[in-house]
Amino acid sequence: MQLMEREEKARLHPRSSKSKEMSELLSRVAERGDVVAFQELFENFAPRVKSYMMRKGADPNTAEELAQETLLTIWRKASLYSDEKGSATTWIFTIARNLRIDRLRREFPWQALPEGHNEEASDDTPPDEQVSERERKQRIHTALSALPRDQHEVVTLSYLEGMSHSEIAERLGLPLGTVKSRMRLAYQKIRESVEDLQ
Amino acid sequence: MIKHHLNDATLMSYAAGSLPEALCAVVVAHTSNCSSCAKKVRDMELVGSLLFDKIEPVELDGSAPTLALRGIAAEIDSVIKPHSSADNISSARAEAEIHAGICSEIPAPLAAFIGNNLDDLPWKRLGFGVWHAHVGPESECGRGDLRLIKVAPGQVLPEHTHGGTELTLVLRGSYKDEIATFGVGDVEDVDGDTEHQPVSDAKEGCICLIASESPAKYRNLVARLVQPLTGL
Ligand SMILES: [Zn+2]
Repeated sequence: MQLMEREEKARLHPRSSKSKEMSELLSRVAERGDVVAFQELFENFAPRVKSYMMRKGADPNTAEELAQETLLTIWRKASLYSDEKGSATTWIFTIARNLRIDRLRREFPWQALPEGHNEEASDDTPPDEQVSERERKQRIHTALSALPRDQHEVVTLSYLEGMSHSEIAERLGLPLGTVKSRMRLAYQKIRESVEDLQ
Repeated sequence: MIKHHLNDATLMSYAAGSLPEALCAVVVAHTSNCSSCAKKVRDMELVGSLLFDKIEPVELDGSAPTLALRGIAAEIDSVIKPHSSADNISSARAEAEIHAGICSEIPAPLAAFIGNNLDDLPWKRLGFGVWHAHVGPESECGRGDLRLIKVAPGQVLPEHTHGGTELTLVLRGSYKDEIATFGVGDVEDVDGDTEHQPVSDAKEGCICLIASESPAKYRNLVARLVQPLTGL
């Protein structure tokens, strides 16, 4: 019964309710080490983390290990995540991102990126900010889908393939300045979409 | 207070996890004291999670359980609450914050690498009135170049060109170039073929954290003479 309701909700509001669900799962792991909730998180995220690692050049075995390590980190650090502090998927993304930097690029000693500035946010976020966080995500999603092809391409190469501006410039045969200005323009549209929220 | 910020393209590449490491160091140091850039990064991380959401999943090959999986299983079996290890992390973080409060001159993330006294660093003379100190092992700067530069008062910094992006964060004093005056906390984000000739403050001089995507090429004659000796 509950499941049906959930599915119904998911059909009506695919994104917001899915990310809300992920936040709930993560909170259950954080609050009482809920193994069932963790299992669900694992099934939901591990295959995408594996894919994410492979895009940066990890072979399938390494990618799988990194996916498991990412989920293990989520399990261990779950209590640092709090529902009020924002999106669970964003927090999980930053953990996977940091692990990818850490493991797939070892040349430089500086790897300590903060894990989602979310966890450093103050604990007393009022409830209406949770709503605005979801609204924010929704709007950014819309803005992202509406980006012109050339801007979307640069953004995707940067986020998913993990390519630096110079690497993107080389791949696309563009001047570095063009790559940067496409990134800037993309961000401008994203910022405009949430400007009135805060 | 902070007047000069990071370029949006630089911030976005940082949030994406694709900014060269040396540049990340400056971004982390600046955003730890700049709420406006930190706020942008939050939205940019949200972009990351949205793109990540749409990744085509690759099923896990469960046939060979690896160390990490066994680790999860072991922890679940022994019903270790996630809190236990997280508490250590939080207390380490709290300690770092207290530490940062005592020594505001060096941003906390940087202090973890170089300690908390700018005067105590192993400065090496680079030319007249200019010293430098590497952050991290010199041999491992394959992807970018990260160093601190100390300049005596009223001194012209060696002019240089750079390949790709160069970030300069002021930690003490200030400097001025063709573009503007940069004070403590300000960051200058330039790229490509920009050539600039910064002059340090006439009274205080300056100490800056400088990261570039590729090894800096100093054009000043003195700097060029010492280049083979210092590996610049
Ligand atoms: Zn800033």
